[in-house]
Amino acid sequence: MCLAVPMKLIKKEGDKGIVLSMGVEREVSLALLPEAEIGDWVIVHAGFAIERMDEEEARESLKLLEEMWSS
Amino acid sequence: MELVREFRDSSRVNILKEKLEGFAFKNEVKIMEVCGTHTMQIHRFGIHQMLPENVKLISGPGCPVCVTENSYIDHAIELARAGFTITTFGDMIRVPGSYSSLEKVRAEGGDVHVVYSPMDSLELAQRSGKEVIFLAIGFETTAPTIGATVKKAKELELENFSILAGNKLVPPALKVLVEDRNLGVNGFLLPGHVSVIIGMRPYEFITEYGVPGVISGFEPVDIISSIVLLLEMIEKGEARIINNYKRAVRDGGNPTAQRIIQEVFEPVDSEWRGLGWMEGSGLGLREEYSEFDAEKRFQVDVPPPREHPGCRCGDVLKGIINPPECPLFGKVCTPENPVGPCMVSSEGSCSAWYKYG
Repeated sequence: MCLAVPMKLIKKEGDKGIVLSMGVEREVSLALLPEAEIGDWVIVHAGFAIERMDEEEARESLKLLEEMWSS
Repeated sequence: MELVREFRDSSRVNILKEKLEGFAFKNEVKIMEVCGTHTMQIHRFGIHQMLPENVKLISGPGCPVCVTENSYIDHAIELARAGFTITTFGDMIRVPGSYSSLEKVRAEGGDVHVVYSPMDSLELAQRSGKEVIFLAIGFETTAPTIGATVKKAKELELENFSILAGNKLVPPALKVLVEDRNLGVNGFLLPGHVSVIIGMRPYEFITEYGVPGVISGFEPVDIISSIVLLLEMIEKGEARIINNYKRAVRDGGNPTAQRIIQEVFEPVDSEWRGLGWMEGSGLGLREEYSEFDAEKRFQVDVPPPREHPGCRCGDVLKGIINPPECPLFGKVCTPENPVGPCMVSSEGSCSAWYKYG
């Protein structure tokens, strides 16, 4: 039930946003993530953006993993 | 998202598999996952088969639908029978209560709607003018979405909307599990999206029991690398909380979501299937929001709850048995014809075992 999927935020109006989910536009609430900006990948759960997906951190994790298995 | 694919990459998975094979434990090591989505993915990707000798993955109470007690479902059923409009997440609709299910009540003419977002209930309340009750279940991931919905209802001065409060909190359940000596969990795979909301700090207490925890994402690379991190700590006798899902989980969680939970709800004692009553493990509405409390507003007679004879969902949720050890599993109890909630929900342990073995 805690399934949450990253979607790209393409529009923002007040506490409402439009995200792209597999090519389909969908409305989400930004009440839990007012700082979200257009272009962000946001994690969507039950119609709400609950966090930003941080691409920088994703790359960092992959790099750390590579270090882990090269040791 | 392009980067998500990198976490499914098979060459990375293969290297991690080798890493896993390199571990050797003399005694049994038990790792518990406490998120239904992890349970589902672990079975889907065949992670049980990759584990080194003596390492066992056991499922905990990570499926909100499964841990919802019969008395809650019975209460929802009686509200539907009394003519109220019920809105609920889809997972709940087929779950059997003591005597019936919401699906059956709907077939008998009850007004039961599946919604994707709790916000959809507000729209339905405005549109229909009927008395709408939302079934508020789920862990910390879901609680702020419901909190925000209740706040919105207050702002709109909606008088025909309320919730049947039943949200549950993960850390109090972890406390009971980590203290259970018979269970003897050596490490926890911590739920990624619950952690998005609460961050790392609420898990710190488990390290005081000498037990480590790793917050994990949901792709194969996430889950297997989290197990490797746990085994490394267990091997060294270390107990720390590691955030291995940094692309989504900030160490402090989501402060806006935390504030909304705090503002709308307060911790209450709550009953979990399999674990019983646990102090402060549920969320009730605060006094300032009591006008949205369906339990306070509407009185219905709820018959005394009873368990499904033979169903061992409770023991499965506590990690005491694996689903195939239940006498009903795969015989009388299947996803098409489920006896208990662990088989109904797609992320219930029984359903995952049945589907993927």
